[in-house]
Amino acid sequence: MTSGPGCGAGAAETFGRDRMEQILANGVYLGAQYAMIALGLTLIFALMNVLNFAHGQMYVLGGFVTYTIYGQLGLPFVLALMMSCATLFILGALIEKFLFAPVIKRSSRDESTMLLAAGLAFFFDAVILLLFGEKQRGVPKIVNGVFNWDFRLIMPYDRILICVLAILSIVSFILFMQYSKTGRALRALAQDRTAAQLMGVNVDRFSMIGFALGAMLAGLVGGLLVTITGVNLGMGGPTSIKAFMMVMIGGAGVISGAIWGGIILGFMEAFGLAYLAQYGDITYLLIFVSLMIFLAIRPQGLMGKPWG
Amino acid sequence: MIKLSMFQWVGLAIFFLGVFVIVPMMIVSTGRTDLFFTLTSVGLLAIASAGVWLTFYIGRINIGQGAFALLGAYVSAILVTKAGMSFWLSLPLAGLFAAFVAVLIGLPILRLRGVYFAMITLVLTQVFTLTALALPITNGAKGITSIPLPGAVSIFGLTLIPDFATLENPRQAFYFTTAILMVLTYAALYRIVNSRLGHLCRSMQQNEELASSIGVNISYIRILIFAISSFFGGIGGAMFGSIAQSVYPSSFQVADSVNFMLNCFLGGLGYVFGPMLGTLVLYFGWDLLFELGKYQMLVYSSLLIILMLFLPNGLLSLRMRKSGGQK
Repeated sequence: MTSGPGCGAGAAETFGRDRMEQILANGVYLGAQYAMIALGLTLIFALMNVLNFAHGQMYVLGGFVTYTIYGQLGLPFVLALMMSCATLFILGALIEKFLFAPVIKRSSRDESTMLLAAGLAFFFDAVILLLFGEKQRGVPKIVNGVFNWDFRLIMPYDRILICVLAILSIVSFILFMQYSKTGRALRALAQDRTAAQLMGVNVDRFSMIGFALGAMLAGLVGGLLVTITGVNLGMGGPTSIKAFMMVMIGGAGVISGAIWGGIILGFMEAFGLAYLAQYGDITYLLIFVSLMIFLAIRPQGLMGKPWG
Repeated sequence: MIKLSMFQWVGLAIFFLGVFVIVPMMIVSTGRTDLFFTLTSVGLLAIASAGVWLTFYIGRINIGQGAFALLGAYVSAILVTKAGMSFWLSLPLAGLFAAFVAVLIGLPILRLRGVYFAMITLVLTQVFTLTALALPITNGAKGITSIPLPGAVSIFGLTLIPDFATLENPRQAFYFTTAILMVLTYAALYRIVNSRLGHLCRSMQQNEELASSIGVNISYIRILIFAISSFFGGIGGAMFGSIAQSVYPSSFQVADSVNFMLNCFLGGLGYVFGPMLGTLVLYFGWDLLFELGKYQMLVYSSLLIILMLFLPNGLLSLRMRKSGGQK
């Protein structure tokens, strides 16, 4: 957790900083990837009331799985992506079953899970350090070439591809949550745990699946983004912090909120980098100040339910 | 006035004897003066953690103490190096400034609860680090270095505090200063908890609406508590900067804020001395594992996770279970 947010999900490198088309395209690109990170975090929060500090580390872990399989072993990228998803899904399921579920049952306060999550974040950092070291790792480009529309909009093809893949994943995730039986059970669980249990939802099992899905989303983004930004150990913490900001903008535990939060943060960052870069590294300062003002007016975020 | 039982008086006496006599004597006799520095760090971190614990006491999870510690360190450093002020004057000013900023920031963010508050305070730490990098007065990433050691304080020619630079062993002096500050902090904490304010805090911890409906001015109390908490953070940070004689934007980061929170969790949130114990265990645990080299982090985090698995309510809950008083 040592580096600034600039080295998170590839925010710092944008092209052609002055044109509106370019800024909007960068915003869409950043927003799509951010929304996916926030989705996983908000899903875990909605289901278990757990603030997953280790989310950024899960994202980094997913990146390293893809790096190993696609970059090191030279196997197809799609296979590497699937392996990233599978690894994180299994890891998430195990963590929920053997760590979070027992602690939630035994502890007298909800917040105790935070310590567990923070411990997990440290643990993942240590594992990643031992397995992959501190160096920045990159993989070969998946598609070559740059899309260039009259020098008004410049975007490498691989970014466009990743952006499209991210949007597709978000759409399929929403469809899954809306229409599949598992998705319905998860939504019921998020709404009211007891009621869901009374309706015959296997609460323990679906908590596990939900957590695993959240972790899988983090792994998927990690796998997608390793092709563009590469991956390094220090990314985890700042990524978690960004995900927290998005969840706060949109409202914790609400899926549409996470997507809005991701898109809004993505656009703010794109605009900030375009217009504020000459004044130094103040984009995040301004984003934070506006977040505080926003939360003073609307503490539950855009889509969140007011408490009480 | 607070009445202590015989047992508590004895415990307090042993604690004082240990901190001010036995531990320094043992360190001097074994010649391991580096332990002074270690224990000073523990004491300072315990002061900052006490603040975090106090915000826990009104039911808020504070992961922003690193921000206020950094603020305190910078305020003191700037006052000493740029304004030539005495460190002993800059120390309370650093605390007060941190408290003042806490009031400004607290007004909007203390309306948030639960994980929202936890998240925004976490972001706060990151923002303070970024601000320290961006502002000209903090000297960016280079930080403020070669801060002079605390000078002498004398009233009517009587030297109360000697000049630290002339001392044979400034570490020992820092140790005693920190020990006194820590005792004062925890005495204040104990006093707050066992006062009318403490009762009001407990009522807020349980249910803010209910507390508000029986006439507790909740918005005033949460600002007050957050300001006191940040005051502790500022003092701890300022002291740290003075010992290290330097402040960098990376002096206190998100990881430190998380650690302050972990100290409180580990010690137990229901006990005033929880954060002190938690800090001691975490800091020494980390130091003891130093031998393991690159596996240090792995073992440390695994131990944290295992500890959480078996003692989710903190170390001091062991004592509670024996007496059967657990809720």
